[in-house]
Amino acid sequence: MSQTAMQNRRTTADTGFDVELREVFKFYGSEPAVRGIDLNIRKGEFFSILGPSGCGKTTTLRMIAGFESPSAGDLLIQGVGMNQTPPYRRPVNTVFQSYALFNHLTVAENVAFGLRLKKRSRREIEERVAESLKLVKMEKFSNRLPAQLSGGQQQRVALARALVNRPAVLLLDEPLGALDLKLRKEMQVELASLHRELGLTFVMVTHDQEEALSLSDRIGVMNQGKLEQVDTPDCIYEQPLTPFVADFIGDTNLFNGKIEGYHPNMLWVTTDRGLKMAVRPCDRGNAPTSGRVTVCVRPEKIGFSETQPTNSQVNWYEGRLRNVMYLGTHVHCQVQLQSGDYMTVRLPNNPAGIPAMDSLVYVYWPYQDCLALTSDLA
Amino acid sequence: MSSPASTSPSESTVSKDLATPRWLEPFALLGPAGIWLGLMLVIPALLIFELSLVPGIRPGEVVNPSGLENYFQIFREDVYRQVVWRSLGFALGTTAICLALGFPVAYFIAQMVPKKWRNLVLVGFVLPLWTSSLLRSYAWITILRPTGVLNSFLTSLGLPALDILNRPPAVFIGMSYSLLPYMVLILYASLEKLDRRLLEAAADLGANPLQSFWKVTVPQSLPGIAAGCLLVFITGLGDFIDPELLGGASSMTMARLIYNQFLGVTRNWGFGSALSMMIVLAVSLAIALLLKYGDRSSANL
Repeated sequence: MSQTAMQNRRTTADTGFDVELREVFKFYGSEPAVRGIDLNIRKGEFFSILGPSGCGKTTTLRMIAGFESPSAGDLLIQGVGMNQTPPYRRPVNTVFQSYALFNHLTVAENVAFGLRLKKRSRREIEERVAESLKLVKMEKFSNRLPAQLSGGQQQRVALARALVNRPAVLLLDEPLGALDLKLRKEMQVELASLHRELGLTFVMVTHDQEEALSLSDRIGVMNQGKLEQVDTPDCIYEQPLTPFVADFIGDTNLFNGKIEGYHPNMLWVTTDRGLKMAVRPCDRGNAPTSGRVTVCVRPEKIGFSETQPTNSQVNWYEGRLRNVMYLGTHVHCQVQLQSGDYMTVRLPNNPAGIPAMDSLVYVYWPYQDCLALTSDLA
Repeated sequence: MSSPASTSPSESTVSKDLATPRWLEPFALLGPAGIWLGLMLVIPALLIFELSLVPGIRPGEVVNPSGLENYFQIFREDVYRQVVWRSLGFALGTTAICLALGFPVAYFIAQMVPKKWRNLVLVGFVLPLWTSSLLRSYAWITILRPTGVLNSFLTSLGLPALDILNRPPAVFIGMSYSLLPYMVLILYASLEKLDRRLLEAAADLGANPLQSFWKVTVPQSLPGIAAGCLLVFITGLGDFIDPELLGGASSMTMARLIYNQFLGVTRNWGFGSALSMMIVLAVSLAIALLLKYGDRSSANL
C-alpha cells in the first residue's frame, strides 16, 4: 500500500486526463465488484459509465468520489494519485442519485455549504450561490427548504450545490433516474448545455442507454465488474465489440453460429438453427475469422416485404408475422423465421403497410449491416 | 387499471356497513385516554392549584383560596430559593452529563454496530432500567461511601479516597446513571434514521469528519437531542430518590421539599402545592422552548 502511495505521488505529470484508473479492483470480502478497470477520462469530456444494475458502475464512481477505496490498482485525478485521499480533499463534487440535500438547510444554504467550509468571504459566497442557482434556474427558490421542492427542483439544487464549488470533475450518479420521462428529457438537454457552457469534465453513471447515447462524448459499457467497451456513442451502437454491448445498447437480433468461410471483408456464418448468412467481420480489435461467433443485426437495418427479394447481395429469409407492437413513432414487428428464430423488425409508423398477422413475409438485410462478434459462449 | 375500479364500490359498501358516523370517530378514539387524563391529571392538577392559593393549610382544614402568598414565600426566603436553584442545577447538570455520555454511545450503536447486534447492545444499555431505582441508589451508596468499593479501589492504587457520598457529585452520578438509558434510547432512535448519504454529501463538499459531525449529524439529530434532554430534564427535576439517598442533608431539592410538605414533618399542603406548580411551570417552559426552537428541524422529520 505505502509503495503504491509513493508511486502515486511521483506521477504528477499532466497527462491531459482528468481521471485515470489503472488496473483498479474492488472487492467486498471475496466478492469482486470491480475487476481490473483501465480507464482514462479526458479533460472536459462528458463520459458515461453505462451498464446493468450490479455491474460495478456505481462502485467505480464512488471510488472516484472517494467513498470507496480501490482494493488494488491506482486512481488518479488530474494526474495526482488519490488512493489515500479522503473525499473532502478531492477536487471532485458529486450529484447523488437521491440528491442527498440537507433538509435542515434552505436551498441557498445547501448550495453555500461547500463554500462556507472553504471559508470564502460572505460576499463571494452570496454571489456564487446566486450565480449557480441562476445557472439551474432555481434563483426564485433560494429560501425554500428541500422538503418544499419537487423532485426535479431538488435535482437542480443538487446540481447547483456541486457546481458552485467549481470542481475539476463533476460526478453524476444516475442523476435523472428518479425523474419522470418528460422531466428527464428536459434535464438531459440542460445537462448537455451546462456541460457545453462550463467545459467541465462530467462523469455520469447510468443504466439508461438512451441517456448515455444522447449526452456523452464517450461511453464505457460495464458488465460484471469489467469494462466491455469504451467508445463514442456511435461506435458503441454501430460497432459493438462484444455480444453484451450489442445486446445492451439498443434492440438487437442475435444469432449464435459458426464461421464456415472467410474472406477479407466477408464471413459466411451458419447459425445453430441452420440459417446461412453473409456477415461483415468486426473491423476492429481481434476480429474472429473462425470458430463460434454471435451475429447481430439491428431491427432498423432490416428490410421487410411480402414478396421474395430479388437482390442476391442480401441475406433474406422467409417467415411469418407473429406480433406487431405499435410504439408511436415506429412499429416493432416480430417475425418467426422458418428456422424457428424470432426476429424484431423496426418499421416506420405506417399502419397501412403492415400485412395481416401470420401472413408470409420476407426479411432481408445487406451483409454490411450485420456484424460477427466473438461469442461469449465460445 | 381495472382492479382499483372494481374494488372501490365494495370499499364504499364496507364503510357503510360499519355505520360509524364520521363526527363520532375522534371521540371514540380519544375518549378513553381523555377520560383517564381528565380524572387523573387535569382535575387533580386544578385541585393542587387551588390548594397552592391557601397559605399554611394543613390536612383537614377548609380550603379557602386567598392569594399567591405561598409563591411569594418560595422566592422570599433564601432557603427555598436555594432549593429551587439546586433542583434546576441537578436537572440541568444531569441532562448535560447524559447528553455528553449518551450521544457517543447512541451514535456508536446506531451507526457502527452491525444491524443484527444492535438490539442486543441496546438491551444491554437499558438493562439498568429493569432494576428498582431504590436498589440502584443503594448500590451507589455501597460504591461511593467512605469505606465503599470506589474508595477501597482508589486506596489500593495509592490514590487519595474521595468523600462524595451525601454531596452533590453523588447526586449527579446517581441521577445520570438512572436517566442515561432514556437519553441513549431516544438519541438512538434519532441517529438510527440519520441518512449516511448526507454524511457522504458533506464529505463530498469538503467537510472533514468533525465538520460533518457539527454541520450534519448534530442538526439532523436535533429533534432527538431536544426530546432526550427534555425527558431527562423533566424526570431529573422530579427525581426524589437519588437526591434523598445520595445527596444527604445538604442536597434538599424541590421534590424532597414537596414530600416534606405533604407527608413529612412540616405538613404545609398549600406551600407544597405552590412548589408543585413551580415544577409544572418549569417543565412547561422547557416544552415551550423546545416547540419554539426545535420547530424548524422537527418540521422536516
